[in-house]
Amino acid sequence: MGNVIGIGAAPKRKEDQRFLTGRGNYVSDIKRPGMTAGVFVRSPHGHAVIRGIDKTAALAAPGVIAVLSGEDVAADGLGSLPCGWGISDAQGVPMKEPPFPMLAQGKARFVGDMVAFVVAETAEQANSAAELLNVDYEVLPSVVGVLEAVRPGAPQLFDDVPNNICCDWELGDKAAVETAFRKAAHVARLSLVNNRLIGNPMEPRAAIAEYEPGTDRHTLWSTSQFPHVVRFLMGALVLNIPQHKLRVVAPDVGGGFGVKQFHYGEEAVITWAARRVMRPVKWVASRSEGYVSDRHGRDHVTEAELALDEHGKFLAFRVKTLANMGGYLSTFGPNIPTNLYGPLLGGVYTTPAIYCNVKVVFTNTVPVDAYRGAGRPEATFVLERIVDVAATEMGIDRVELRRRNMIPKEAYPYQTPVLVQYDSGDPIGCLDGALVAADVKNFGVRKAASARKGKFRGLGYSTYVEACGLAPSRFAGRLGARGGLYESATVRVHPTGQVTVMIGTHNHGQGHETTFAQIVSDKLGVAFENIDIVFGDTDRVQFGMGTYGSRSLVVGGAALSKATDKVIVKGKKIAAHLLEASEMDIQFEAGKFSVAGTDRTKTFEEIAGAAYVPHDYPLEVLEPGLEEQAYYDPVNFTYPGGCHIAEVEVDPETGTVTLVNYTAVDDVGTVINPMIVEGQLHGGIVQGVGQALYENAVYDEGSGQLLSGSLMDYCMPRADHLPMMTVATHSTLCTHTPMGVKGCGEVGTIGSPAAVINAVVDALSHLGVTHVDMPATPNRIWRLLQNASLPVAAE
Amino acid sequence: MKSFAYHQPGGIPEAAKLLSSVAESKLVAGGMTLIPTLKQRLAQPEALIDLSSLADLRGISDDGATITIGAMTPHAQVAASELVRGKIPALAALASMIGDPAVRNRGTIGGSVANNDPAADYPAGTLGLGATIVTNAREIAADAFFLGLFETALEAGEIITGIRFPVPLKAGYAKFKAPASRYALVGVFVAQLPAGVRVAVTGAGAGVFRVPPMEAALSNNFDASAIAAIKIDADGLTSDIHAEADYRAHLVTVMAKRAVGAALG
Ligand SMILES: Cc1cc2nc3c(=O)[nH]c(=O)nc-3n(C[C@H](O)[C@H](O)[C@H](O)COP(=O)(O)OP(=O)(O)OC[C@H]3O[C@@H](n4cnc5c(N)ncnc54)[C@H](O)[C@@H]3O)c2cc1C
Repeated sequence: MGNVIGIGAAPKRKEDQRFLTGRGNYVSDIKRPGMTAGVFVRSPHGHAVIRGIDKTAALAAPGVIAVLSGEDVAADGLGSLPCGWGISDAQGVPMKEPPFPMLAQGKARFVGDMVAFVVAETAEQANSAAELLNVDYEVLPSVVGVLEAVRPGAPQLFDDVPNNICCDWELGDKAAVETAFRKAAHVARLSLVNNRLIGNPMEPRAAIAEYEPGTDRHTLWSTSQFPHVVRFLMGALVLNIPQHKLRVVAPDVGGGFGVKQFHYGEEAVITWAARRVMRPVKWVASRSEGYVSDRHGRDHVTEAELALDEHGKFLAFRVKTLANMGGYLSTFGPNIPTNLYGPLLGGVYTTPAIYCNVKVVFTNTVPVDAYRGAGRPEATFVLERIVDVAATEMGIDRVELRRRNMIPKEAYPYQTPVLVQYDSGDPIGCLDGALVAADVKNFGVRKAASARKGKFRGLGYSTYVEACGLAPSRFAGRLGARGGLYESATVRVHPTGQVTVMIGTHNHGQGHETTFAQIVSDKLGVAFENIDIVFGDTDRVQFGMGTYGSRSLVVGGAALSKATDKVIVKGKKIAAHLLEASEMDIQFEAGKFSVAGTDRTKTFEEIAGAAYVPHDYPLEVLEPGLEEQAYYDPVNFTYPGGCHIAEVEVDPETGTVTLVNYTAVDDVGTVINPMIVEGQLHGGIVQGVGQALYENAVYDEGSGQLLSGSLMDYCMPRADHLPMMTVATHSTLCTHTPMGVKGCGEVGTIGSPAAVINAVVDALSHLGVTHVDMPATPNRIWRLLQNASLPVAAE
Repeated sequence: MKSFAYHQPGGIPEAAKLLSSVAESKLVAGGMTLIPTLKQRLAQPEALIDLSSLADLRGISDDGATITIGAMTPHAQVAASELVRGKIPALAALASMIGDPAVRNRGTIGGSVANNDPAADYPAGTLGLGATIVTNAREIAADAFFLGLFETALEAGEIITGIRFPVPLKAGYAKFKAPASRYALVGVFVAQLPAGVRVAVTGAGAGVFRVPPMEAALSNNFDASAIAAIKIDADGLTSDIHAEADYRAHLVTVMAKRAVGAALG
């Protein structure tokens, strides 16, 4: 018999056994009888009219089974890839929503846009045939940057989307903000770029589809973070396959970070092709293919203004952003730079008036969508950066300025002027904890030591909050969500007392099999090893919205907690019967049902056995079996937050920034498994550091070529870029989730870019540097120093 | 990747014969550069001739004034070699800075020099030390070997068998790694030889090149201060998304100073 491992314990992760011994089951591991290989032909041009496609040579190539293009999609009457959110402008005019065909029709709108699909006996044959496909392109000028895309005369992606503007969105009380600015003692201004990122999950995307004529059922295995949503979007809206005739399986998936939480055209093409050729079809992306087809993240150009009174109190905040959508609207695309951005601009401060205007813009680039943090890192970066700018300009200490404006712990629940209401938090507590943990007191000593080596040392703060646990469905619906955002869980107790959980979230690195098992073990008193978590298969799991937006524990865990409670309720009824007591008198603790005040007990296993062998059982009033299901729709977002402090050293000779210390004190609510939380914080911080110092997706204006098209040119953060980090939690409990959890998947990525850049600016502030755009590469820093007001100190 | 025939010759003459007789054939050494280009179908040879079983091409030997490294010697072996570390520590250091452990265990000095990637490290060490490239047919001085972007003096059918390095009085290598690839954004190899000082730069331009003004200054006074004021013309240097030409030019001076520091250290 194994042990109960409950909430707060830190067991090693259950799933790692199979991953570390090479026994995972990823899509590319799957082989089906008679399987064929598919290859996508992608546009090599950023913007081009497709005059025609001559398939003759490709079809005649050895091993080729089919060559499909946009014309075939149109002939079969298939739908466009749907957008899951519909936003509107201030007048209520809905966003422009041009169709997103699964294979390009008439025009290709980014390098990587899918033009055709070749199916052959082998991948080599499919690749060779793809080279023979003759596509007649009329190349058009591309526009890749948002500033360029909205300029008069810019290349237009769609005939009916003037100036490439999808939506001119706004939030907040514009008039109140203008009034406050008129009264301000000081206005801080900042223009910045939030750099475009590529997600880089370890496992590239892949899919296999199969059609069984006997049952008229389709199965799609896909590297997806949300198989049920793919089933709905693809089945109901693209391929017209009834939901009961479509199974979507997302087995082990090697990381997602958002990249795999969209319904991709590849999935639809492959499922459609498998039925046409009546054989299974498999496609596995290369890393290079992923770079031009995985949805990208971020890519904003922003102007922000913060109004302050003479004491440094924030009076109003005004933000204008151009957000890049790429060539089409992806599943969550327009939601990210609007609903997940504007409402976060209040931060942890009491700013009474906020106005945000976002122009959502099409360009000839890969569609942009959610990437770890999604909208919230962008908001945090603008806000935390401008607070530093204001502090410098007003001569107020950065920490003091933050403190003066922070929402005190007692003021929660706190209604912001931008829709959201924070339920709980303690930003000042996090700040104070981080100041101690980062040994800020002795920073001056470390700075002097750096100076002796000819290096500039800087310290940067980010005191932030985010909204996660996506999402309260009713609220999301008002903001334009076209689906629900609840989660479901089924707890199946077997006759012998072991438990299988079916849950609608998807584990692709987060450790759900461990965390969720701990919740069940804790609540039911069942041994940790006797609990299995099943996910990622629409035939096995009732329903689910998947994993993204730090929602799995917050929303899925809540559904699991509710379902587990229902098992206990039913168990008590069975126990009451067996123990001949009133249900009211039955207590359940540590895996035992007992009659209060007596030594009469039944174990959980005995109750499970009785439920499935109901010889002595209240069959008149109670169904046999012990399996319960719950759906949970959150009443609010959760609001994790905290304080991050970065310490950097800059080598003025080369411009190299080295992150030398990093401290994070975060409020993530209840911690189920501290080891997993720490890992999530570490990973999240590293991704934010990547954005701040290294990562940048660069397109060539005009040709639309992706210049950072491989890991040789796109710089990911690596182990030797990072110091040992100090991470700690300073938690207040969420007031509306069953276990008080807030989520921790994205906090690191949201808090860290601003902390790092604030540290870099601090290191260079004596030279008059007031802002550094991301990524703070050596070349960029050197250029700033060249232009700076003071000469660079000699070595 | 496209299918190809695979040959494993038993000796250098057989390898040379295959290379000249089999159409569209290519040598493969560590495969660290070649295999990715095959996977991306940028190269589609009909046949690969694998040098890995040729023991003659592997190993490091010493004749007092020179050290000869066999073409198939992997970077890790050069980095760890007591002989190289003792006689030309800068070359062992250079080898240890290439790529990552997997690349250093597979990639070879012959493959690196034959490939002449404009950001590779060995070309700087080879030119900086004034080494001699030994092939199955002849000997080629480094100064005559590297002809610009991926271009070398190698003739069709020629196989590098080894590189012969003179032992310098002092030498140092300083590499500023490109952030993503970790090839040299700018790498400078400085060597003080009986015949004078040589300074070779990789990463900055279309191919490895020497810097005569720095060589002259260092021949006079082998100290970082001697070159601190020497500015490199940015004209003709590489500008890309990682570094602009004037930044690369600046780094040449910084890295040259650091290489001298390493040589003296
Ligand atoms: C991830 C990664 C990082 C890297 N980082 C660096 C770095 O930081 N610095 C650096 O300098 N290099 C770097 N490299 C390159 C690597 O170090 C090898 O030097 C390079 O790949 C060539 O050596 P190879 O043995 O792999 O040659 P191969 O790939 O097998 O061959 C390369 C070319 O040389 C030819 N060739 C090979 N041997 C001979 C011979 N004996 N005679 C004639 N022609 C020959 C081949 O036909 C082919 O055209 C990196 C490579 C990778 C994959």
